[in-house]
This record gives sequence, structure tokens and C-alpha cells, in this order.
Amino acid sequence: MPKIKIDKDRCKGCYLCVVNCPNGLIKVSKTLNVKGVKPAVFSGGKCTGCKMCAVICPDGGIIVYK
Amino acid sequence: MRPKNRKTKKRKNYPAIKQSNDTTTVLFSQPASLYAVENHYCAGCGHGIVHRLVCEAIDEFGIRERVIAVAPVGCAVIAYDYWNFDVTEAAHGRTPAVATGIKRVRPNNIVFTYQGDGDLAAIGTAEIIHAANRGENITIIFVNNGVYGMTGGQMAPTTLAGQRTATTIHGRSLRREGYPIKILEMLAVLPGTKYLERVSVHSAHEVLRAKRAISKAFKMQIDNKGFSMVEVLSMCPTYWDMTPIQAADRIKNEVSTFYPLGVIKSC
Repeated sequence: MPKIKIDKDRCKGCYLCVVNCPNGLIKVSKTLNVKGVKPAVFSGGKCTGCKMCAVICPDGGIIVYK
Repeated sequence: MRPKNRKTKKRKNYPAIKQSNDTTTVLFSQPASLYAVENHYCAGCGHGIVHRLVCEAIDEFGIRERVIAVAPVGCAVIAYDYWNFDVTEAAHGRTPAVATGIKRVRPNNIVFTYQGDGDLAAIGTAEIIHAANRGENITIIFVNNGVYGMTGGQMAPTTLAGQRTATTIHGRSLRREGYPIKILEMLAVLPGTKYLERVSVHSAHEVLRAKRAISKAFKMQIDNKGFSMVEVLSMCPTYWDMTPIQAADRIKNEVSTFYPLGVIKSC
């Protein structure tokens, strides 16, 4: 199953991936990262590998695996 | 000659796309022309996306060794720290003039400029109009976010009517500051321009369209067709006083109604 890997220390907390995931699989973390923002985290579930989150990420923090 | 004691930055690359190993295959990664360093842009800024799209287009055509980029003055002034190809710097707004010189001296190189709206639409209006009028075979990537981002969010010529900025605290008044300038429509009347398109990066689908437009603009230059320019509507959440998601919605509902998306001119 496809999955994504979010580099949590690279995330600046814009959450554009959260609104662009068609299945709503990306959530906001409850803990802070090194930048002091709550990063987006992959919640698991049925990722289809559509790459929309990685396409919109302005910081290159998302890599999609098959 | 390079001095011996010069410190060179060690920069890594991202994992390559479709590089399969034992367990997983990479479906999407960053292009090889982009260094795997963190960029300095604010959260939700569109510059990071446009940087990547430019690199993807360059990798697609396999022209990384031939590309010479001209970086602007503005938020993207240190774009050379992120791009793994030759980048030079120009004085504020004079980027098309520098690109003209490079292209005329080295016609086999692919020359593109990367400019913001304060750079291209304000101080560099003369340069862009005359470069377009001469029909220079260069590509312009114009990132339009409606404010001067680097200097603190002042009003730019492309600021929408009624928009509050650091210098128009009650909103831009058409009577006092004039109308927002539509650069692409202005350049479309010049016979020297061959490909003009306006795209946006407010959603993933629009980013994919923007990628196609940027690829086509490079293709025009590779085929020696002439002047090509892509305007990218981008978010500036910091100086729009919005969250990145609100800023993306503003482009969709407000900015793209004034600056219509699509191909303005293609021939």
C-alpha cells in the first residue's frame, strides 16, 4: 500500500497538505517540532498514492512511497 | 582559480524518484536540481512550490548543464542556494536585461529569470517590456503575490483594490494609488511575445497545471520560438495577515477573479 513520509522537522505548519489530501489522512500533530510548530503527521489509513500532499508542500518535506 | 581554503557547503540531494530498493519504491520525491536544504520562506509561501516546479521542468528536459538562471531581488534573492544549476544575480528589476545579455552571448544555453511582482512589475517594468518587445528567446517566471514580501509587505503595483498593506493601511484606493497592473495582458499586445500563461499554486491541481505551463515555457525556448512568460499567482500569508489555508482560498475566490487563469497568448 502506498504511504507517505513527512519530515516533521522540516514542516513549517502551513497545513496545505492537510486540506489537499482527498482522503483526509494527514492530521496535525499534538507535539511540537524543532521549529516550535505542530507539524503535519500521516495518520495511516488507506493512502492511494495520489501525491497531492507532496505536490503542494512548499518545503519539500513529503516523500511518497509505493 | 578557486582558493584552496574556501569553504564549500555540503548539500545533499533528495532520494531519486522510482529508485527501488528492497522494501519500497519512491513515487514522489524532489527533483535532482533542487538541493535538499530547507528554504527560508515563510510557512505556506508559494516560492517553495515554484522553485520545485522549475527544477522539475529542467530535469524533465535534461537541460541542467545548459541552464543559466537569473535570480531577482526580492524574497527569492537567494534562490541560488536551492538550485543545483548555474544562477546569477541582477540588480533590482534588471533581470530581463541581464538574461538578454547572457542569451545573446551564449545562445545555446537555456536562460530564464525568476522574478517577483515588486521586481518585475514595479522597478523592472521598462526592462520586461523591452525584453518582450525585442522578442528575446528567454523564459520569465513571474511570481505574483501582490505585495513586496522581502521589505515588509508594502503595496506593489499588483496589489488588489482594497487590499490592506503596510503602506495602504486603509486598503488600496484606486483614486490615490491607481489600478492593479495586469502585466500579461499588457505584454500580449506586443508581437514579440510568443507564449504567455497565468497559473496559480493555491491547490494541488493548480500546481500540476502550473507545472505544465512552466514546462511549455521552457519548451518554447528550447525550440527557439521566442519570448515565453508564466505568471504564477502565489500566496503571501505573512503579509496578507492570513493563515496559509485562508491565503490559498483568497487566491481562489478573490485574486484569480481579477487575474484570470489560463493561456493569455500562445503562438
